[in-house]
Amino acid sequence: MRQTLFALICLMGLTSLQAATLAEYTFEDPAKHEDFRAIIEEMRCLVCQNESLAGSNAELAVDLRNEIYEMMKSGQGKAEVIDFMVARYGDFVLYSPPIKPSTYPIWFGPLIVFLIGGVVLFRIIKRKNQSRETELSDEEQQRLKELLNQPNEQRDTNQ
Amino acid sequence: MNRYLRYSVPLIIFGIIAAFLLKGLGMNPREIPSPLIGKSIPEFSLPSVESADTLINDENLKGKIYLLNVWATWCVSCRAEHQTLVRLARSGKVEIVGLNWKDERNKAQAWLQQLGNPYTVNIFDQKGRTAIDLGVYGAPETFLVDGDGIIHYKYAGPVTMELFNNTLLPMINDLKAKGS
Repeated sequence: MRQTLFALICLMGLTSLQAATLAEYTFEDPAKHEDFRAIIEEMRCLVCQNESLAGSNAELAVDLRNEIYEMMKSGQGKAEVIDFMVARYGDFVLYSPPIKPSTYPIWFGPLIVFLIGGVVLFRIIKRKNQSRETELSDEEQQRLKELLNQPNEQRDTNQ
Repeated sequence: MNRYLRYSVPLIIFGIIAAFLLKGLGMNPREIPSPLIGKSIPEFSLPSVESADTLINDENLKGKIYLLNVWATWCVSCRAEHQTLVRLARSGKVEIVGLNWKDERNKAQAWLQQLGNPYTVNIFDQKGRTAIDLGVYGAPETFLVDGDGIIHYKYAGPVTMELFNNTLLPMINDLKAKGS
Protein backbone atom coordinates (compact mmCIF):
# COMPACT_ATOMS: atom_id res chain seq x y z
CA MET A 1 0.00 0.00 0.00
CA ARG A 2 2.73 2.34 1.04
CA GLN A 3 4.73 1.51 -2.08
CA THR A 4 1.76 2.16 -4.32
CA LEU A 5 1.22 5.49 -2.67
CA PHE A 6 4.87 6.35 -3.10
CA ALA A 7 4.74 5.39 -6.78
CA LEU A 8 1.65 7.55 -7.25
CA ILE A 9 3.33 10.54 -5.66
CA CYS A 10 6.32 10.00 -7.97
CA LEU A 11 4.01 9.95 -10.98
CA MET A 12 2.35 13.16 -9.87
CA GLY A 13 5.79 14.68 -9.55
CA LEU A 14 6.50 13.71 -13.17
CA THR A 15 3.43 15.47 -14.53
CA SER A 16 4.25 18.65 -12.66
CA LEU A 17 7.78 18.43 -14.07
CA GLN A 18 6.31 18.25 -17.57
CA ALA A 19 4.21 21.31 -16.89
CA ALA A 20 7.17 23.13 -15.43
CA THR A 21 9.15 22.79 -18.65
CA LEU A 22 6.45 24.74 -20.47
CA ALA A 23 5.91 27.26 -17.68
CA GLU A 24 8.99 29.18 -18.77
CA TYR A 25 7.03 30.43 -21.79
CA THR A 26 5.06 33.37 -20.48
CA PHE A 27 3.02 35.93 -22.38
CA GLU A 28 1.43 39.08 -21.08
CA ASP A 29 -1.57 38.49 -23.28
CA PRO A 30 -3.43 35.31 -22.24
CA ALA A 31 -4.83 34.91 -25.77
CA LYS A 32 -1.30 34.70 -27.13
CA HIS A 33 -0.47 32.12 -24.53
CA GLU A 34 -3.42 30.06 -25.71
CA ASP A 35 -2.24 30.41 -29.31
CA PHE A 36 1.25 29.33 -28.38
CA ARG A 37 -0.01 26.26 -26.55
CA ALA A 38 -2.32 25.39 -29.43
CA ILE A 39 0.49 25.67 -32.00
CA ILE A 40 2.98 23.49 -30.17
CA GLU A 41 0.24 20.93 -29.51
CA GLU A 42 -0.57 20.79 -33.22
CA MET A 43 3.01 20.38 -34.41
CA ARG A 44 4.83 17.13 -34.67
CA CYS A 45 8.25 16.71 -33.13
CA LEU A 46 10.45 15.54 -35.99
CA VAL A 47 12.79 13.53 -33.82
CA CYS A 48 10.23 11.46 -31.92
CA GLN A 49 7.53 11.44 -34.53
CA ASN A 50 4.60 10.45 -32.35
CA GLU A 51 5.01 13.30 -29.92
CA SER A 52 3.94 16.89 -30.31
CA LEU A 53 6.35 19.77 -29.93
CA ALA A 54 4.68 20.51 -26.61
CA GLY A 55 5.20 17.03 -25.25
CA SER A 56 8.67 16.24 -26.52
CA ASN A 57 11.89 16.72 -24.64
CA ALA A 58 14.10 16.15 -27.68
CA GLU A 59 16.69 18.87 -28.08
CA LEU A 60 15.32 19.92 -31.46
CA ALA A 61 11.82 20.21 -29.99
CA VAL A 62 13.15 22.50 -27.27
CA ASP A 63 14.94 24.63 -29.89
CA LEU A 64 11.82 24.84 -32.02
CA ARG A 65 9.65 25.73 -29.03
CA ASN A 66 12.08 28.53 -28.20
CA GLU A 67 12.05 29.70 -31.82
CA ILE A 68 8.25 29.76 -31.93
CA TYR A 69 8.15 31.53 -28.57
CA GLU A 70 10.53 34.23 -29.81
CA MET A 71 8.49 34.67 -32.99
CA MET A 72 5.26 35.11 -31.07
CA LYS A 73 6.89 37.39 -28.52
CA SER A 74 8.00 39.65 -31.34
CA GLY A 75 4.38 39.99 -32.43
CA GLN A 76 4.03 37.36 -35.15
CA GLY A 77 0.76 35.49 -35.38
CA LYS A 78 -0.27 31.88 -35.59
CA ALA A 79 -0.38 31.82 -39.41
CA GLU A 80 3.14 33.19 -39.67
CA VAL A 81 4.50 30.59 -37.27
CA ILE A 82 2.81 27.79 -39.21
CA ASP A 83 4.20 29.15 -42.50
CA PHE A 84 7.66 29.30 -40.96
CA MET A 85 7.52 25.69 -39.83
CA VAL A 86 5.98 24.33 -43.05
CA ALA A 87 8.56 26.16 -45.19
CA ARG A 88 11.31 24.27 -43.38
CA TYR A 89 9.88 20.92 -42.45
CA GLY A 90 6.98 20.50 -44.87
CA ASP A 91 3.38 19.54 -44.15
CA PHE A 92 4.76 16.67 -42.13
CA VAL A 93 5.07 18.91 -39.03
CA LEU A 94 1.33 19.48 -39.02
CA TYR A 95 -0.76 16.85 -37.31
CA SER A 96 -3.76 17.81 -39.44
CA PRO A 97 -2.61 18.10 -43.06
CA PRO A 98 -3.97 20.96 -45.20
CA ILE A 99 -6.65 20.15 -47.79
CA LYS A 100 -4.97 20.01 -51.23
CA PRO A 101 -4.91 17.53 -54.14
CA SER A 102 -2.25 15.29 -52.63
CA THR A 103 -4.22 14.99 -49.39
CA TYR A 104 -7.68 14.56 -50.95
CA PRO A 105 -7.59 10.77 -50.39
CA ILE A 106 -7.05 11.28 -46.65
CA TRP A 107 -9.76 13.89 -46.28
CA PHE A 108 -12.40 12.55 -48.66
CA GLY A 109 -11.53 8.84 -48.88
CA PRO A 110 -13.59 7.85 -45.82
CA LEU A 111 -16.59 9.82 -47.10
CA ILE A 112 -16.39 8.09 -50.49
CA VAL A 113 -16.15 4.65 -48.87
CA PHE A 114 -19.12 5.58 -46.68
CA LEU A 115 -21.16 6.61 -49.73
CA ILE A 116 -20.29 3.41 -51.61
CA GLY A 117 -21.34 1.42 -48.54
CA GLY A 118 -24.61 3.36 -48.41
CA VAL A 119 -25.40 2.66 -52.07
CA VAL A 120 -24.66 -1.05 -51.66
CA LEU A 121 -26.80 -1.25 -48.53
CA PHE A 122 -29.66 0.60 -50.23
CA ARG A 123 -29.62 -1.78 -53.19
CA ILE A 124 -29.59 -4.85 -50.97
CA ILE A 125 -32.58 -3.60 -48.97
CA LYS A 126 -34.44 -2.71 -52.15
CA ARG A 127 -33.91 -6.16 -53.63
CA LYS A 128 -35.11 -7.86 -50.43
CA ASN A 129 -38.31 -5.83 -50.55
CA GLN A 130 -38.95 -6.76 -54.16
CA SER A 131 -38.67 -10.49 -53.54
CA ARG A 132 -41.36 -10.27 -50.89
CA GLU A 133 -44.95 -11.11 -51.92
CA THR A 134 -46.58 -8.17 -53.52
CA GLU A 135 -50.18 -7.06 -53.19
CA LEU A 136 -52.99 -9.33 -54.21
CA SER A 137 -54.37 -9.12 -57.71
CA ASP A 138 -58.07 -8.27 -58.28
CA GLU A 139 -58.87 -11.91 -58.84
CA GLU A 140 -57.20 -12.98 -55.61
CA GLN A 141 -58.86 -10.11 -53.77
CA GLN A 142 -62.24 -11.37 -54.96
CA ARG A 143 -61.49 -14.90 -53.83
CA LEU A 144 -60.41 -13.66 -50.41
CA LYS A 145 -63.67 -11.79 -50.01
CA GLU A 146 -65.67 -14.86 -50.92
CA LEU A 147 -63.83 -16.97 -48.43
CA LEU A 148 -64.32 -14.49 -45.66
CA ASN A 149 -68.00 -14.00 -46.40
CA GLN A 150 -68.83 -17.68 -46.38
CA PRO A 151 -71.55 -18.38 -43.84
CA ASN A 152 -70.36 -20.03 -40.68
CA GLU A 153 -72.64 -23.05 -41.08
CA GLN A 154 -70.90 -24.07 -44.23
CA ARG A 155 -67.57 -24.01 -42.56
CA ASP A 156 -68.83 -26.15 -39.74
CA THR A 157 -70.13 -28.96 -41.93
CA ASN A 158 -67.65 -31.44 -40.56
CA GLN A 159 -69.05 -31.23 -37.13
CA MET B 1 -20.63 -16.33 -62.92
CA ASN B 2 -22.19 -13.16 -61.60
CA ARG B 3 -22.33 -14.79 -58.22
CA TYR B 4 -18.60 -15.55 -58.16
CA LEU B 5 -17.89 -12.02 -59.28
CA ARG B 6 -19.91 -10.65 -56.40
CA TYR B 7 -18.14 -12.78 -53.83
CA SER B 8 -14.74 -11.78 -55.16
CA VAL B 9 -15.36 -8.06 -54.47
CA PRO B 10 -14.37 -8.22 -50.75
CA LEU B 11 -11.32 -10.23 -51.76
CA ILE B 12 -10.27 -7.55 -54.25
CA ILE B 13 -10.77 -4.79 -51.64
CA PHE B 14 -8.72 -6.81 -49.17
CA GLY B 15 -6.01 -7.20 -51.80
CA ILE B 16 -5.82 -3.44 -52.40
CA ILE B 17 -5.62 -2.65 -48.67
CA ALA B 18 -2.99 -5.37 -48.17
CA ALA B 19 -0.91 -3.95 -51.04
CA PHE B 20 -0.92 -0.47 -49.46
CA LEU B 21 -0.02 -1.83 -46.03
CA LEU B 22 2.76 -3.94 -47.49
CA LYS B 23 4.21 -0.90 -49.24
CA GLY B 24 3.95 1.06 -45.98
CA LEU B 25 5.97 -1.59 -44.18
CA GLY B 26 8.86 -1.10 -46.57
CA MET B 27 8.88 2.70 -46.31
CA ASN B 28 11.19 4.62 -44.04
CA PRO B 29 9.31 7.00 -41.71
CA ARG B 30 12.53 9.01 -41.29
CA GLU B 31 12.46 10.00 -44.93
CA ILE B 32 10.49 13.20 -44.88
CA PRO B 33 10.24 15.04 -48.19
CA SER B 34 11.99 18.38 -47.85
CA PRO B 35 10.09 21.47 -48.96
CA LEU B 36 13.47 23.11 -49.61
CA ILE B 37 14.20 21.22 -52.82
CA GLY B 38 14.44 23.78 -55.62
CA LYS B 39 14.92 26.64 -53.16
CA SER B 40 17.99 28.58 -52.09
CA ILE B 41 19.99 27.65 -49.04
CA PRO B 42 19.06 30.01 -46.20
CA GLU B 43 20.98 33.20 -45.56
CA PHE B 44 23.46 32.84 -42.75
CA SER B 45 26.64 34.23 -41.32
CA LEU B 46 28.48 31.89 -38.99
CA PRO B 47 32.04 31.25 -37.81
CA SER B 48 34.06 28.33 -39.11
CA VAL B 49 34.90 25.26 -37.08
CA GLU B 50 38.57 26.23 -37.30
CA SER B 51 38.24 29.74 -35.93
CA ALA B 52 35.63 31.88 -34.23
CA ASP B 53 36.98 34.93 -36.09
CA THR B 54 36.46 33.59 -39.59
CA LEU B 55 32.91 34.33 -40.69
CA ILE B 56 31.32 32.37 -43.53
CA ASN B 57 28.08 33.37 -45.25
CA ASP B 58 25.87 31.90 -47.93
CA GLU B 59 27.32 34.21 -50.61
CA ASN B 60 30.82 32.77 -50.02
CA LEU B 61 29.61 29.34 -51.06
CA LYS B 62 28.22 30.37 -54.44
CA GLY B 63 29.89 29.46 -57.72
CA LYS B 64 30.46 25.77 -57.14
CA ILE B 65 28.49 22.57 -56.86
CA TYR B 66 28.91 21.02 -53.44
CA LEU B 67 27.50 18.62 -50.88
CA LEU B 68 26.41 20.30 -47.67
CA ASN B 69 26.87 17.74 -44.92
CA VAL B 70 25.33 18.24 -41.48
CA TRP B 71 27.43 16.51 -38.86
CA ALA B 72 28.28 16.47 -35.15
CA THR B 73 30.66 14.63 -32.88
CA TRP B 74 27.75 13.40 -30.74
CA CYS B 75 26.26 11.70 -33.79
CA VAL B 76 27.21 8.04 -34.08
CA SER B 77 26.05 7.62 -37.68
CA CYS B 78 28.30 10.54 -38.65
CA ARG B 79 31.29 8.55 -37.52
CA ALA B 80 30.18 5.68 -39.73
CA GLU B 81 29.70 8.08 -42.62
CA HIS B 82 32.96 9.93 -42.17
CA GLN B 83 35.23 7.52 -44.03
CA THR B 84 32.94 7.70 -47.07
CA LEU B 85 33.16 11.48 -47.00
CA VAL B 86 36.96 11.35 -46.78
CA ARG B 87 37.07 8.98 -49.75
CA LEU B 88 34.73 11.23 -51.75
CA ALA B 89 36.79 14.30 -50.97
CA ARG B 90 39.99 12.50 -52.06
CA SER B 91 38.38 11.33 -55.29
CA GLY B 92 37.88 14.98 -56.23
CA LYS B 93 34.45 14.26 -57.72
CA VAL B 94 32.68 16.74 -55.50
CA GLU B 95 33.42 19.36 -52.92
CA ILE B 96 32.02 18.85 -49.42
CA VAL B 97 30.99 21.70 -47.13
CA GLY B 98 30.38 20.82 -43.51
CA LEU B 99 27.74 22.21 -41.18
CA ASN B 100 28.75 21.30 -37.67
CA TRP B 101 25.49 21.15 -35.71
CA LYS B 102 25.07 21.93 -31.99
CA ASP B 103 28.55 20.78 -31.14
CA GLU B 104 31.62 21.95 -29.24
CA ARG B 105 34.46 23.51 -31.17
CA ASN B 106 37.34 21.64 -29.53
CA LYS B 107 35.57 18.30 -29.93
CA ALA B 108 34.87 19.00 -33.58
CA GLN B 109 38.47 19.99 -34.23
CA ALA B 110 39.81 16.88 -32.46
CA TRP B 111 37.46 14.70 -34.54
CA LEU B 112 38.75 16.16 -37.80
CA GLN B 113 42.35 15.73 -36.72
CA GLN B 114 41.80 12.15 -35.74
CA LEU B 115 39.56 10.96 -38.59
CA GLY B 116 40.64 13.24 -41.42
CA ASN B 117 39.04 16.38 -42.79
CA PRO B 118 36.93 15.96 -45.95
CA TYR B 119 35.49 19.49 -45.75
CA THR B 120 36.78 22.43 -47.77
CA VAL B 121 34.67 24.76 -45.63
CA ASN B 122 33.26 23.86 -42.26
CA ILE B 123 30.50 25.98 -40.75
CA PHE B 124 30.09 26.05 -36.98
CA ASP B 125 26.38 26.24 -36.08
CA GLN B 126 26.47 25.91 -32.33
CA LYS B 127 22.94 27.16 -31.67
CA GLY B 128 21.46 25.18 -34.54
CA ARG B 129 19.59 28.19 -35.92
CA THR B 130 20.80 27.75 -39.50
CA ALA B 131 20.07 24.03 -39.20
CA ILE B 132 16.43 24.92 -38.41
CA ASP B 133 16.32 27.10 -41.54
CA LEU B 134 17.59 24.09 -43.48
CA GLY B 135 14.86 21.89 -42.00
CA VAL B 136 17.42 19.64 -40.34
CA TYR B 137 15.89 17.18 -37.88
CA GLY B 138 18.76 14.77 -37.39
CA ALA B 139 22.36 14.11 -38.28
CA PRO B 140 23.81 13.23 -40.66
CA GLU B 141 21.90 14.98 -43.41
CA THR B 142 23.32 15.84 -46.80
CA PHE B 143 22.16 18.42 -49.35
CA LEU B 144 23.25 18.75 -52.97
CA VAL B 145 23.64 22.46 -53.75
CA ASP B 146 24.44 24.06 -57.10
CA GLY B 147 26.51 27.14 -57.97
CA ASP B 148 23.55 29.46 -57.46
CA GLY B 149 22.93 28.11 -53.99
CA ILE B 150 19.85 26.10 -55.02
CA ILE B 151 19.20 22.84 -53.19
CA HIS B 152 18.59 19.93 -55.57
CA TYR B 153 18.50 16.92 -53.29
CA LYS B 154 18.41 16.05 -49.63
CA TYR B 155 19.34 12.81 -47.98
CA ALA B 156 18.71 12.01 -44.30
CA GLY B 157 21.13 9.38 -43.06
CA PRO B 158 24.73 8.40 -43.71
CA VAL B 159 25.90 8.85 -47.30
CA THR B 160 27.27 5.64 -48.81
CA MET B 161 29.38 5.09 -51.92
CA GLU B 162 26.37 3.36 -53.44
CA LEU B 163 24.14 6.38 -52.85
CA PHE B 164 26.80 8.69 -54.22
CA ASN B 165 27.43 6.69 -57.39
CA ASN B 166 23.79 5.86 -58.11
CA THR B 167 22.01 9.04 -57.13
CA LEU B 168 24.29 11.97 -56.36
CA LEU B 169 26.89 11.61 -59.09
CA PRO B 170 24.36 11.53 -61.97
CA MET B 171 22.72 14.67 -60.54
CA ILE B 172 26.09 16.38 -60.17
CA ASN B 173 26.98 15.51 -63.78
CA ASP B 174 23.63 16.87 -64.93
CA LEU B 175 24.24 20.12 -63.09
CA LYS B 176 27.75 20.40 -64.52
CA ALA B 177 26.41 19.79 -68.01
CA LYS B 178 23.95 22.64 -67.52
CA GLY B 179 26.95 24.76 -66.65
CA SER B 180 25.86 25.99 -63.28
